Amino acid sequence: MHIPDGFLSPPVWASGWAVMTAALGWCVKKTHALLEEKMVPLMGVMCAFIFAAQMLNFPILGGTSGHLLGGVLAAVLLGPCPAAVVLASVLVVQCLVFQDGGLTALGANIFNMAIVGTMGGYFIFRLIYKMKSTPKVFLIAVACAAWFSVILAATACAFELALSGTVALTSVFAAMAGVHALIGIGEALITVFVVEFVVKARPDLVYGLKRRGL
Amino acid sequence: MKTREIIFGILAALVLAVFLSPFASEHPDGLERVAEDHGFIERGEGEPAVDAPVPDYVVPGVKNEKMATALAGALGVVIVFAAGYGAARLLVRSAKSGRAQKRG
Repeated sequence: MHIPDGFLSPPVWASGWAVMTAALGWCVKKTHALLEEKMVPLMGVMCAFIFAAQMLNFPILGGTSGHLLGGVLAAVLLGPCPAAVVLASVLVVQCLVFQDGGLTALGANIFNMAIVGTMGGYFIFRLIYKMKSTPKVFLIAVACAAWFSVILAATACAFELALSGTVALTSVFAAMAGVHALIGIGEALITVFVVEFVVKARPDLVYGLKRRGL
Repeated sequence: MKTREIIFGILAALVLAVFLSPFASEHPDGLERVAEDHGFIERGEGEPAVDAPVPDYVVPGVKNEKMATALAGALGVVIVFAAGYGAARLLVRSAKSGRAQKRG
């Protein structure tokens, strides 16, 4: 879902940078207030894992592929704000080193995936897990949140493309939501698998298990 | 987090990036598919705003394409680990950083 240069109009990509800077700035401030020493290496490992997993495109129907976004994975393990910082770090490296996502569109890409997908996905996780805090509901909440995070990011991306005059909103919205509804299933499966692994190995590290409020 | 666990995490990422990424699906991703179907894919095929050193996860100059992707994966894992670790090191709660140096 990395938007390349040329898809977005200058007003849209410039707004993307502005909104992203404000939102990520808030996340950075929150992270600074909460981040504990023991989480520092975990932030690095999370970046490495999400980067690697994002290289692994899996095929879905109709000659299309998708890959993990990782926003909910990072948010459930680290908390939503550190997760946004992790996703943003990965996106910056992907853009500057690997030309995955354009530099002009980097603001929008960070906004879509690190902010909308990650924070929005975590909000959904909280909403479900707060209703019934059992281990089973925990995994259901993780799965739903992961699926929604992909849809949310894809929807934001569709809006930006439509606002840019690149493509009509109704058609791009349906197409983006449709294809990412399938990719979201992969996202949910991988996220549940990895979260379950960490819950078994080091439950004390899992932010989503211990924090109550949003 | 124990050193052993950190190494395990990085190794897991390296295994994915080096040994699995060369065999990842080469089909267009969701956005590329939509861009193709709606006829705006060529808008993204102009000159990029900056030239990246390792475009499209292929290390330039390496003949074997799978090897070039594996190398790009390894390089990326190291860079993003450093970026994430560095960002976290800068952001860690300053009041605590003095006394909580112990590992694990």
